[in-house]
Formats: sequence, structure tokens, C-alpha cells
Amino acid sequence: MSAPFDPTEKFAAYAHPSRLVSTDWLAEHRGDAGLVVVESDEDVLLYEVGHIPGSVKIDWHTDLNDKVNRDYIEGVAFAALMSSKGITRDSTVVIYGDKSNWWAAYALWVFTLFGHDDVRLLDGGRTKWLAEEREITTDASSVTLTEYPVVSRDDTPIRAFKDDVLAHFGNPLIDVRSDEEYSGVRTTMPAYPEEGALRGGHIPTAASVPWARAADADSTFRTRTELDDIYRGEAGLADGDDVIAYCRIGERSSHTWFVLTHLLGFENVRNYDGSWTEWGNAVAVPIAVGTAPGAAPAPRR
Amino acid sequence: MSADLLAEIRQDFLELEQKDRLLLLLEFANDLPELPQQFQDHPDLLERVVECQSPVFIFVDLDADGTFHLHATAPRESPTTRGFASILAQGLDGLTAEQVLAVPDDYPQTIGLSEAVSPLRLRGMSAMLGRAKRQLRDRLAA
Repeated sequence: MSAPFDPTEKFAAYAHPSRLVSTDWLAEHRGDAGLVVVESDEDVLLYEVGHIPGSVKIDWHTDLNDKVNRDYIEGVAFAALMSSKGITRDSTVVIYGDKSNWWAAYALWVFTLFGHDDVRLLDGGRTKWLAEEREITTDASSVTLTEYPVVSRDDTPIRAFKDDVLAHFGNPLIDVRSDEEYSGVRTTMPAYPEEGALRGGHIPTAASVPWARAADADSTFRTRTELDDIYRGEAGLADGDDVIAYCRIGERSSHTWFVLTHLLGFENVRNYDGSWTEWGNAVAVPIAVGTAPGAAPAPRR
Repeated sequence: MSADLLAEIRQDFLELEQKDRLLLLLEFANDLPELPQQFQDHPDLLERVVECQSPVFIFVDLDADGTFHLHATAPRESPTTRGFASILAQGLDGLTAEQVLAVPDDYPQTIGLSEAVSPLRLRGMSAMLGRAKRQLRDRLAA
């Protein structure tokens, strides 16, 4: 059973308006049967400080990543996680988080790897909910365990691996990191820990569009017109393009993946979650430094 | 203050289930002491820990009798970082310079938070400890 869609006028201009809900909508519908609200933050303790009443927490490090392999959890673990959060296969899931929904978008992308059908973001995320002084609580949410089927993760449509990127040259790449990371001055974003990339720079030909440009000052997504100007105008993307986005570990580029896929309607967008922590350490892959995208190497297939 | 307070903090964490370790970290976050007035008035005295994901600033202080204090500040919306800062500020407070410098650099990796918080996030705490020791060495050399 799906919750009704949010008819907010701003959303109607996006390719898939059903992927967003407003704070007004959530305030009205958060108690609906079949709807589960999920908080997903960068800070692992932020949910405990106060969360939307009834919401459950999913953490990208401790819940979604495999503890041993550098990969996402598999179907059995995902089913157990969903069950423990009271989510069924036909639940409407609304995800919100800190930092303009950066980690919320990452969680949404992982839900999509498992083909969860109805998963949406709260436009403006945690920041907007708090700014509007809406209700939060530190009370634990009561969860009724559910039966969630074991579904195989399907990486192919929306996830790119290093070999996919090597075969992709000649098609658009979007680097969503900061300017300093793109040029190679830094290997991690300003004020973040160095994560041990041995080389700085970017994947040749990648256009630089820092992810946060898609977010407005109040953490909501920019309008359709503004986003078209950035991605179709400045970055030169065109309908039908096969696009790969990347960042440092695949979190910021999940946000851009959401924008390109659900707000602008590009049908072939993949997130390269290995991103710079893999590429900047990989042996014998091409790298460009400086502010220019650089020439396309021959694709390796 | 006991020189073994950091060891006691470690013991407190290790005795708890993973989920409760997170709540103890939250208690530390809520207990991060306010900055003394002199630092609130002079934020330029504070050193930013750039390795942390949130803006956190620290300052090392030695009393005339050589007693060590670590002051730190981090935003309310960054409870994990506040928790790390609070553990160190409370755990190192009142030690001698020698005792502070003798704290193992891998202390953050030994308090049982790798699973509940993730090793990546713990790097921020290691950076705070490293910077505090470096500031202390600078003070002793000055």
C-alpha cells in the first residue's frame, strides 16, 4: 500500500515528483499506515539527540556496509535490517537526514539496489524540519518486526565499478567533489580526514559539479529550472546520456545520482561508489590534475 | 584526578553492549564542559581539528603547577565529535604533562567503539589526541 503522493507545485516540475515529500506533507502523513520514516545521518548519534516521532534510524556505516568486504550488505542482511525497522516490501519509505540529505540520498540509493519500490526523500531533510520547529523526540520508536523478502541486490543499473568507468571514456562523467579535490590539491574534502588516496586529481574528462550546488540554502533541492541550468547547461548533459557520477566513497555522488535520475529524468545514471578512494589508489589508471577536465583516454573494454 | 581515568572510561565502554556504548558516547557528548570564558572571548586561541568531520576546536592549558587541561568545543548537531572531545577533555584533565604524553596514540581504537561508530569516524578522535599532544609538546618547548 503506497502513501498518497505530495502534490506540492515545486515537485511537479521534476521528472519523478513521487520521489519527494515536503515537511508539510510529512507532518500530516507521518502516522499513516504503510509509511515508515527513516533518519540517515552522517553523524551516527544525531538520531539519538532527537528525531521525528516514530522514525527509525539507518546508519550507512554500521547498517548498510558489509563489515568485512568493501561492499554493501547482501539480500539476507538487508531483509533482516528492513524487518528490524518495521519496513515491508510495499511500505512507503521516507528518508531524511542531515547535511542537505546527503546520507539520506545514499541510503535511498542502497534501497534502490534492492529494488525497494516506494522510497522518497524529505525535501530539506533534518535541517528544514528543525528550522521549522516541528516536533522531535528522543523517545524510542516502537517497531513491530515485519517479514521482508530476501531480494538479491541488483547493482547493474545504478552502480558502476572501476572497470565500468575504464570502459566509459567518451561518455559523461560527473565529479561531485570540492574544487580542491578535483584539481588534486587535496585528496579529501576540506575539513575531512584524509582517507589515504595515494594520488590526487580527477578521472579524465569528468565535469566538476560539486554536489551541494543542487541544494538551496535551506537544504531543499533547487528548482527544476535551476538544476537544468547546472547539469544540462554548464555540465553539458543531454537526454539519453549514459552518465557516471563519483566522489570520494560514493556518498556525495548518491545525492547527484538522485538529482539526475529522479529530478531531471536521466535514465542511465550510475554511481561509482569506489570513487576516489579506489581510483586514487588504483595502479595504472589515468588521472587528470588541475582545473581542466582533460582528454579522454581510449576506453578499455 | 586519577591518571587511570582514561582506563576507567575504556572499561565502562567495554562492559556495555554495542548499542549502549553509543548511548554512553551520547552522555559524554552532553557532558562536554563549556569553554572557559577566556576562550569564548578569544576563539583565535583555539586550534581547529581539521581531521574531524565537524568544526571542532581544542586548546591545551597547563596550570602553574603543571596540571594539564584540554578545552574543546563542537556543535550540538555533531554529537559524535562532541563525545570524542568530551572523553579526552575529561579523561586527560588533571594529568601531568608526562602522563598525557604517555597516553597511547591508539587509545581511541581500544575503547570498543569501532563497531558501533566505525573506524573511519574514530579517526577524528585520534586526530584530537594527536593535536593535543603536539600542542602540549610545543608548550613545553616554549
